[in-house]
Amino acid sequence: MEPLTWTGSLSVLNPVTLAVAAFFAVAVVAQIALAFFAPDPSVQSGPDGRLAARGGAFGASERATRWLFLALLALVLVYLVGGAVLPFGAAGITGAISKLLVPVWISLAVMFVLSFRFKRRLGLYGKLFDSTIGMIGLAIVMFWVFVAVFSDTIATADVLSQISQMKNKLPGTPVPDGSGWYLLGGDHLGRDVFSRMVEGSRIVIVIAPFATVFAFMVGITLGLPAGYYGGMLDTGLSFLANLILAFPVILFFYLLVTPEIVQTGMPQYLAVVLFLFPIIFLLVLVNSRFYVMPGLRNRLVIAIAVVGGYLYLSFVGEAGTRVAILPEALDLIHMPANMLIVFVSVVFVNSPTVFRIVRGLVLDIKTRDYVAAGQTRGERPWYIMIWEILPNARGPLIVDFCLRIGYTTILLGTLGFFGLGLSPESPDWGSTINAGRRLMTVAQHPAIVPALALMSLVLGLNLLADGLREESLKD
Amino acid sequence: MLMFLLRRLATMVLTALCLTLIVFYLTNLPPNLEKLAKSEAGSRITDAEVASWLEKNGHARPLLVRYGEWLGVVPGWTREEGGVTTGRCIARGADPAAAPGYCGVLQGEWGFSSVFKDDVSSIIATRLGLTGLLMFWVMVVMVPVSLIVGVLAGMREGSKLDRSLSTFSIATTATPEYVSGVILIAVFATSMGWKVFKGTATSAMDDITFDNFFLPVLTIALYGTGYIARMTRASMTEVMTAQYIRTARLKGVSFRNVVIKHALRNALIAPFTVIMLQFPWLLNGVVIVETLFNYKGFGWTLVAAAGNNDIQLLLGCSVVAVFVVLVTQLISDIGYVFLNPRIRIS
Repeated sequence: MEPLTWTGSLSVLNPVTLAVAAFFAVAVVAQIALAFFAPDPSVQSGPDGRLAARGGAFGASERATRWLFLALLALVLVYLVGGAVLPFGAAGITGAISKLLVPVWISLAVMFVLSFRFKRRLGLYGKLFDSTIGMIGLAIVMFWVFVAVFSDTIATADVLSQISQMKNKLPGTPVPDGSGWYLLGGDHLGRDVFSRMVEGSRIVIVIAPFATVFAFMVGITLGLPAGYYGGMLDTGLSFLANLILAFPVILFFYLLVTPEIVQTGMPQYLAVVLFLFPIIFLLVLVNSRFYVMPGLRNRLVIAIAVVGGYLYLSFVGEAGTRVAILPEALDLIHMPANMLIVFVSVVFVNSPTVFRIVRGLVLDIKTRDYVAAGQTRGERPWYIMIWEILPNARGPLIVDFCLRIGYTTILLGTLGFFGLGLSPESPDWGSTINAGRRLMTVAQHPAIVPALALMSLVLGLNLLADGLREESLKD
Repeated sequence: MLMFLLRRLATMVLTALCLTLIVFYLTNLPPNLEKLAKSEAGSRITDAEVASWLEKNGHARPLLVRYGEWLGVVPGWTREEGGVTTGRCIARGADPAAAPGYCGVLQGEWGFSSVFKDDVSSIIATRLGLTGLLMFWVMVVMVPVSLIVGVLAGMREGSKLDRSLSTFSIATTATPEYVSGVILIAVFATSMGWKVFKGTATSAMDDITFDNFFLPVLTIALYGTGYIARMTRASMTEVMTAQYIRTARLKGVSFRNVVIKHALRNALIAPFTVIMLQFPWLLNGVVIVETLFNYKGFGWTLVAAAGNNDIQLLLGCSVVAVFVVLVTQLISDIGYVFLNPRIRIS
């Protein structure tokens, strides 16, 4: 088989694309430069009341940027659609990848069409579709989520199978037995870079949001009473939070995420403490809401305690380790020790920041009149905290949640980069960057591909947070 | 002001003690000590021999006592065996009678690195010097660029310039050092892109040139730039909506003068604290970049010490890291109060 080029039979379009891209770059630079000298008003109204676009060089550069951007977008779409329609490999590497990603494209399209259709009924999520930045962010994030969901059908090769002839081969090299191509090349052990990148997304997409949710549970459960009651509780908890925050993150990882520490069972003890918080949070949430309906409350509390307790025990414990509570047969979740330690340390590093944010918000909100009204009505402290204060703090918390998932992704990458925690074989992006960077002078793609993947996901999360912030401020 | 300072200092000392105790505990866990014994006394020794080695070298005692010795508030251990007195503070072959009673961090005895075979204090001093150089150039690049970007973006909120500069800052904050470093190397230093930079950062330890130092500096600076720029932008937009700016505009002061003479000073208070608080974060960046570019500074030493179970050196590095973080927090607090006359301390 022939090695694939980047664009295959669509190469005829390349000169056009290049020209459009070059003009677009020139127009953007011109626009930024001209913005310094541009007059203030952006729209002028004519004598007949019609609005006219801005004239002059700046107006021209503005229009040029817009149209060239649209043209560029259309060309990229042609490459992607062409690749998905033409037979596999005919439209080069981009086309082949686009064809593999067809389930992702369909899911994205369905999601966007449905969200657009019902955006007025979807609250803050629907408002997101009014902001371009937010939509771009959401699209990037959901792209990676869908890639993670469909990763088994997208990946073309096994993540661990090595073909020695494919070591450090360039993108588009065919596999010697003729069964296909290594679309994004082979790494230093002859594994498929593309498939590893796709499978690696699954690790990030699963761990990062979960760890962030746990960190939020811990931060909220401790931050609410600290801000609401103040006093010694606040002083003590704030001191602890500052203690953890003053710890350089990398040093912490190096101390905690080592095989010796796993032997002592420390991560599991930490997990025992940290994973208790979601259950406490849920119990308090339900108890404060349904306190006046004892029958319903008792049933809900028992349900949460049983289900949550079982999940907790099977999450934390593992037969044959320091914390072995459930017998092997009853253990539902088998978390490898090194995965657990990564999870725990990421939660541990994130929760003090969440605690500080929640505490600050509570300090601000508890001076409001509706809180005083609730207190006068005789509402209990926890009801006020969870059902009066927390919903009113949701805006900043949702924004921070998005940003924090991005930060967690970066932390996971850092752990992988230093070879801590996850096994070196693991396809997660941090570990692959670490493996690829050692041979940068020989082959660049094994490091570049996961690096770009990680960057785009974090960028998407940041843009999403920006869009959410903008829209929630409009309320 | 004095009370505030004293209280801050007391909290800082307490935090430092707690943190060093935690680090001491984590580095002196039984498995670590066992590994140390095996690397010092031979890898094939039995468990009983490990225990006796630990006993002989003063590791088999309560944690708090060992921590006190290391800190220098508890007299160092001594041990008599067959007429020869050994001890924590007694150098090999020295006279036991003349040895000092206390030898810990407070006395300036940082211990001996088991991997680099040198005094921890001298290793850390040289490495910190190298990292200081790196940090200096990072600051030289990062601070002006981020302030200019932030001010330009914030002076006309919502303009095209603001949009493009804000996108730039978001993009840099979304790119951790290990990603931007890899991309910069691929684009500027390998056959895949343009081979502009040919030096290695390892050679920069002796002789710094633009060729061998620009990429590491840029990599660290990029990540921080976006964050500081966004903070500057936020503070600048806030100032630009203030009453006195409107008054100045109505008075007929030109836009340029409003920005430079009226807005800039007030807008730069907030970024100051942010820049100071960046130091701990830069510490992360330094560790990553020094590992990536193989520049043997403080971060590289920390990684090497942690990877080789070099307990004394790791403890020393941790002390320095914790100290840097706490001192910058203190400076940023004091600086904020000092710069902002509206803040009155109760």
